[in-house]
Amino acid sequence: MYPQPRVEDFINRNFIPVKIHTKEQPQQFERFRAQWTPTIVFLDSDGAERHRFEGFLPTDDFLAQLHLGKAKTAFGRQQFKDAEREFQRIVEELPQTDAAPEALYWAGVARYKGTGDASALADTAAGFRQRYQQSTWAKKASVWAA
Amino acid sequence: MAIEWTKAVDQALADAKAQGRTLMLDFNAAPM
Repeated sequence: MYPQPRVEDFINRNFIPVKIHTKEQPQQFERFRAQWTPTIVFLDSDGAERHRFEGFLPTDDFLAQLHLGKAKTAFGRQQFKDAEREFQRIVEELPQTDAAPEALYWAGVARYKGTGDASALADTAAGFRQRYQQSTWAKKASVWAA
Repeated sequence: MAIEWTKAVDQALADAKAQGRTLMLDFNAAPM
């Protein structure tokens, strides 16, 4: 997926990318608890882990995971408006990916955390009645239904 | 535009802190 220009562009614009090969730096696998390849880990600027995923993914799903990494990093730093915007981009631009239901869930949480308005959660539960009804994330959001 | 990879983990951590950026670590076993 790396040769895809949109993947390369997203990585270069948003991250400091570090490649760690199992034969060259096995100690880094232990340090960051990477137990399989490929494993992608996102750390915020203080070194705190915010997201990871393991295994090969097709381009759109891989790109959606990159967006999740960006969004969860913003969320972890309590930049809730930025996080909500990024989660929402996944739902709107990569709606068929496995990350999209998770992003819809966390977009609602980010909006709630940013505004304190509980209707954000009820709206999210309502959104899951329109799409991704069979997902784990719809089950999690069902408790918010008005 | 090719990805600007580095292999220097600790330098990247320091750069991330100084620049307020996010690190993406790619652990892989692709043939070298």
